[in-house]
Amino acid sequence: MKQYIIRRLLQMIPTLIGISIIIFAISAMVPGDYITARANPNMSIEKQEQLRAIYGLDKPDYQRYFIWAGNMLKGNFGDSMQHKQPVTTVINTYVWNSFIMGIFALFFSWFIAMITGIFSAKFQYSFFDKVVTLLVFICMSLPSFFIGLLLIKFLALDLKLFPVGGMSTSGLNATGWTYFTDVLKHSFLPIMVLTMLSTGSLTRYFRTSMLEVIRQDYIRTARAKGLKERTVIFKHAFRNAMIPAITLLGFELPGLFGGAMILEQIFAWPGIGHIYLNSISMRDYPFMLGFTIFLAMLTLVGNLLADVLYGIADPRIRLK
Amino acid sequence: MSADVMPITENKNTKKAKAVDTPWKTAFRRFTRNKLAVIGFIMIVFMFILCFLGPVFSPHNLFDYSLKNKNLAPNSMYWLGTDKLGRDILLRMMLAGRISLLVGFVATFIAVMIGATLGALAGFYGKIIDTIIMRVADIFMALPLLPILIILGAVLSDLKVDPSSRIYYLMVIIGVLNWTTLARLVRGQILTLREQEFMQATEALGLKDGRKIFKHLLPNTIPVIIVTATLSVAGAILTESALSFLGVGVVPPTPSWGNMISAANNLIDFRKRPWLWIPPGMCILITSVAINLIGDGLRDALDPKTKK
Amino acid sequence: MVKDLVEFRNLETHFHTTAGTVKAVDNVSFTIREGETLCVVGESGCGKSVTAMSLMQLIESPPGKIVGGEILFEGRDLLKLSKRDMSKIRGNEISMIFQEPMSSLNPVLTIGHQISEPLMLHMLLDRKAAKKRAIELITLVGISRPDKIFDSYPHELSGGMRQRIMIAIALSCDPKLLIADEPTTALDVTIQAQILDLMRDIKQKLNTSIMLITHDLGVVAEMADYVVVMYAGKVIEEAPVLELFQDPQHPYTKGLLKAKPIINQKQERLYSIPGQVPNPIDLEDNCHFHDRCEFCMDICKVKQPPFRTHGKDNHKSACWLYEEEREVL
Repeated sequence: MKQYIIRRLLQMIPTLIGISIIIFAISAMVPGDYITARANPNMSIEKQEQLRAIYGLDKPDYQRYFIWAGNMLKGNFGDSMQHKQPVTTVINTYVWNSFIMGIFALFFSWFIAMITGIFSAKFQYSFFDKVVTLLVFICMSLPSFFIGLLLIKFLALDLKLFPVGGMSTSGLNATGWTYFTDVLKHSFLPIMVLTMLSTGSLTRYFRTSMLEVIRQDYIRTARAKGLKERTVIFKHAFRNAMIPAITLLGFELPGLFGGAMILEQIFAWPGIGHIYLNSISMRDYPFMLGFTIFLAMLTLVGNLLADVLYGIADPRIRLK
Repeated sequence: MSADVMPITENKNTKKAKAVDTPWKTAFRRFTRNKLAVIGFIMIVFMFILCFLGPVFSPHNLFDYSLKNKNLAPNSMYWLGTDKLGRDILLRMMLAGRISLLVGFVATFIAVMIGATLGALAGFYGKIIDTIIMRVADIFMALPLLPILIILGAVLSDLKVDPSSRIYYLMVIIGVLNWTTLARLVRGQILTLREQEFMQATEALGLKDGRKIFKHLLPNTIPVIIVTATLSVAGAILTESALSFLGVGVVPPTPSWGNMISAANNLIDFRKRPWLWIPPGMCILITSVAINLIGDGLRDALDPKTKK
Repeated sequence: MVKDLVEFRNLETHFHTTAGTVKAVDNVSFTIREGETLCVVGESGCGKSVTAMSLMQLIESPPGKIVGGEILFEGRDLLKLSKRDMSKIRGNEISMIFQEPMSSLNPVLTIGHQISEPLMLHMLLDRKAAKKRAIELITLVGISRPDKIFDSYPHELSGGMRQRIMIAIALSCDPKLLIADEPTTALDVTIQAQILDLMRDIKQKLNTSIMLITHDLGVVAEMADYVVVMYAGKVIEEAPVLELFQDPQHPYTKGLLKAKPIINQKQERLYSIPGQVPNPIDLEDNCHFHDRCEFCMDICKVKQPPFRTHGKDNHKSACWLYEEEREVL
């Protein structure tokens, strides 16, 4: 297992290099830079050039790539120009707000998807199954920003059930329980939308997986042993259906830390995705590059995690 | 199910073999039996008619700027109201639909062309070509899609690309970033097909590689391509609308469903004039549900492996 | 007098498919007696497995459904039992092993767990007692190092071992009837013999009745006390094993026996029954074997022969060759 992980990590290197080149090349195409984006009309050309030299923006692209890539190898993602802080610090500051939203949405969507998936498979073609199938399609087709806006308009603005946006009431300065409930109220809508978005395809996945498993010979054996249907479904079938699904857990990794950009923007949630969208209009290159690479790394690590989890879950692979 | 009833299906097939239709007819029959898929199909046909024929019958004109009529709520004259320039929302929405549908379909077409070709090449030649193509696919798969698209959208803005030609860039960008899934699927199929007997026959006939790939191998992967392509049209439309909503996709004055919704960024419009942004949002939702339903119906109809 | 254990009475199990109704089991009646090994023989698709699954009430529904008849187990009609009562019989009084030992065990649960399950459920043993009994059972089916096997996963075992484990599971609650559905078909020949020996052994030791489903007449000759021959959902002949082999009546049975290679006897060519099993959808009311039968008469194509004795009390068959009626038509 250890050898396998090391081999996989080594295989990631060329992929990461490729990714970094693509990402760097794209941002190098942008005319104008941080200095022009923020340029004070009064700032003299000389002053601008000075600043460029300070930030290393005057060098040719390939040199800048090597400097940037070399620094990243040392764990230095550069300094965000907008935040005047190392990129890693900025990520670390905001990523946890995204994580809160992500982990709850993950938990709820998996929970709902498992339950509905199992029952929908168990009662295939029933009325329940048909309703679930339709809901799944709707969830899979939702434009996140539009649903977010609809919910804000009707539930938050019109019915005033929830706050409109943000993570806590500004100026409240509450602590402890009050703060907690405040955040809870603010997070309800974004978490709900995020959950809806991922529940659709997950439910479908569990349903298909269960349908496949309940056709297997060992399920017939379990029934022939006289086990209760509940035991057959929840123990014998579900455990097997979970194995391929566990792989998906690894793929959730970038979603957990990457932030739901559009939703964070709409709900004014101070997460990393929101910061990222802002950084683009500010042309904060180091942050844009650093964060995109961070996401790509998360994706790769997530893939690896998925395979490792699969190996742990499936006794047939565990030994090898 | 016990093994004993298995021959029933086999038997049925052999017995009916005389009267059997082409695979496409069977698929068509299976598709039309799927109620949800047919509903999806009707919905998408309706959207197309609305967007491509609707504007012809509209009494309004996009260039009717009349401040007198600005921000009207839906009424008998303006069924979905007007915007801040006094333009008819229904007309704009239909024209926006043309753009959104076009971007969705063309972007997918581009992705299919790249994906199918590269997948076929990788599967057919194997070895070093396969390794290179699949490595590149790995890289593309690990790229965080939305951030990259947003950066590229910003680049387009900075390059001062003309709004009317911007949609073409957008199609290419979305297409180019979405080829990997299909490439993998096609490659997998080609790998199995290549080992089959009919390919040895083409070998014996001394056919050229190009002919083998495009005349004999790729046609066999068409079911997979159709299903994946259909489903990714929905994805492309959603992507385009999200980008346009963020202001980095299709930009005004070219209307698209996504950028019409960005009216919601203005708090008063958002709150007091929902007719500005809810109808285009519903269009996106309906279109993407419809396409997903069709795609699923097609998968059941074309891909016998998933047939239950 | 040997007591009847199971009696099938006019069992009808149908499958409703889009192409039509399949009468997988069509008016089937026969009896399994205590301590007896009964073999059900026939080609695949003839309804022998469906008969067994009907007895277990494990017919997948939809598309399958038991639409008529009775299955008496020690005098009680199983078809009238509640789901709950039936699950008390399954795996306890009647247990079953299947054709595919490779896929019949749950890949993510240990062998020990899978053997203990029915013990804890039906015999109400606690975990410790169940483990003790499970290890006894593993030993009983002839596997060495039972402690190690107890903690293994199915993929670590060979096909033959897995089938032994399946037998151990089936025997765990001292069933009165063991149904074995082609238990050796998927195994190597040497392993086949071992598994059959094991089953014969067990029958002697525990006096369990066995309903053995097979298409292999070699297995029948070796194991059976009594034989039921099925064709296209119907029982066409039944007799004690010796009687059947010495004096087969139905042309299909004769064909089957001819098709069996006989060792030490030179044959020009192995005989095979011409034609195929008929399409089972919406079969007509005639002898289903008529189009493959070398003795086919006009009446065979239009009317079903009755199933009854022809001269010998212990030997029944359904064939117009032995009926007086044919003279009339």
